[in-house]
Amino acid sequence: MANYLSIEQVGVSFDTDRGPYVALRDVNLKVEKGEYISIIGHSGCGKSTLLNLVAGLLETTTGAILLEDKEVSEPGPERAVVFQNHSLLPWLSVYDNVKLAVDKVHGKTKSRAERRDWVLHNLALVGMSHAVDRKPGEISGGMKQRVGIARALAMEPKVLLLDEPFGALDALTRAQLQDKVMEIQARLGNTVIMITHDVDEAVLLSDRIVMMTNGPAATIGEILTIELPRPRNRLTLADNPTYVKARTAVMEFLYARHALNKVEAA
Amino acid sequence: MTVRTEPMPKFLAGLSGRLPTLDRAAVLRWLRRRLAAALPPLVMLALLIGLWELLCRGGNAPLPAPSQVIADTWDLISDPFFDNGGTDKGLFWQITASLSRVAEGFLISAVVGISLGVLIGQSSLAFRGLDPIFQVLRTVPPLAWLPLSLAAFQAANPSAIFVIAITSVWPIILNTAVGIRNIPQDYRNVARVLRLSGPEFFFKIMLPASVPFMFTGLRIGIGLSWLAIVAAEMLIGGVGIGFFIWDAWNSSLISEIIVALIAVGIVGYILDRLIGALGNLVAGNVKS
Repeated sequence: MANYLSIEQVGVSFDTDRGPYVALRDVNLKVEKGEYISIIGHSGCGKSTLLNLVAGLLETTTGAILLEDKEVSEPGPERAVVFQNHSLLPWLSVYDNVKLAVDKVHGKTKSRAERRDWVLHNLALVGMSHAVDRKPGEISGGMKQRVGIARALAMEPKVLLLDEPFGALDALTRAQLQDKVMEIQARLGNTVIMITHDVDEAVLLSDRIVMMTNGPAATIGEILTIELPRPRNRLTLADNPTYVKARTAVMEFLYARHALNKVEAA
Repeated sequence: MTVRTEPMPKFLAGLSGRLPTLDRAAVLRWLRRRLAAALPPLVMLALLIGLWELLCRGGNAPLPAPSQVIADTWDLISDPFFDNGGTDKGLFWQITASLSRVAEGFLISAVVGISLGVLIGQSSLAFRGLDPIFQVLRTVPPLAWLPLSLAAFQAANPSAIFVIAITSVWPIILNTAVGIRNIPQDYRNVARVLRLSGPEFFFKIMLPASVPFMFTGLRIGIGLSWLAIVAAEMLIGGVGIGFFIWDAWNSSLISEIIVALIAVGIVGYILDRLIGALGNLVAGNVKS
């Protein structure tokens, strides 16, 4: 069987005043349907670039990305993105933000009443039923991110792309949302690609962790499979040997073998 | 550009509830705050009028003192609605005539300005092509356009309207363009992921995202229109507050000029506030 999502020999370079800058080179990754993949790496390692390529927001310079054997050439709702800073439209209510996506994606296939139910269903899924009429400015950061996730889920994407979805949240809210995402993924079986730079988050949520080397010309350094049964519980995992081993492996990759040069990092 | 409005006094807030509660302390606090806001300008006004009165009192001053102005123009002030035919009309009619020219010219410049602003905001090619031209043209003083437009239109009224439009269009174009260029990339990405069509993107994202900037431009534009109309009317004649001032000067009715200037100032202020309030209303629906 062909792979669900396949990233083949992908490279990206940008033209700059000082000649071409190679951001990514030789990236190869196969993703199975229903898999949860995390991409981790230091800042500037091109992990956002990689996500944007899958989203179709950026074009590959070399190589190709195939989703169900069709080349990705432009953005589209079958590769919905949850943006780092939620990107809700501030002039629309929570309901209308999700509705904008639902009307666009399901406008031809669902009746008005079905679309309404579908918006409310997805908001209920992320636990936001109580705030459908609020504006984004009136809800907390965690809630905004929930709405962003609801908007993406409502598009029924083939691949759900999460761009550091919990990066801007406080630790408690982050843990809550991570659990929510795990629960939703268990229920719906979404294929997910998530960018993160939080090691615990990557180990807790992922089936596989893709570790990126540092840029320029970054590429995939190592892929770690997390053999932990689901559902996973953050409390009992804390001293689970498999968890600890995976965590150490990622830390070792990031801080020993591919540590950022201190001068560059400063 | 959101303007913080004063918190609603409690007794007003109560009116929207089921039982209006009259909180005396809150009423007093509210009154005191109003008074504190109104007092300084009133005192300054009284001081300036007093100074003016002192300087211009007596027979040899070139300009009339305030008391003299009121005595000279009491007919004009007390009845703004008289109409003796021709250009001999009350202040209300003069100002209405000017306002209707401003309305026409400003409407044209709003439509043209927002369209061009969207164009140069959205297309960097159009921006590079047109922006330098706009930057030069916008420095041309309003009245410099008048002879050219008289030559083109061969009639006074369209020329005046053209001068209004050409004067007020620049800030509308430039602010709209800034608003469009400032639309966060995230919103554009959302639109791309959703595959919004051009019109959908315009109405659902571009317009709401740039409306506050557009209103900044409209507000500056309406101020410039009002500046330009008074000057243009002085030259084209007919009914209008500009020609009224010029006519008063030709008849050496200095007091009438002063009354007209005050009226021009007040109307200009009201126009500015109207557009500002409209902008806040629209932006209030937009910004959270």
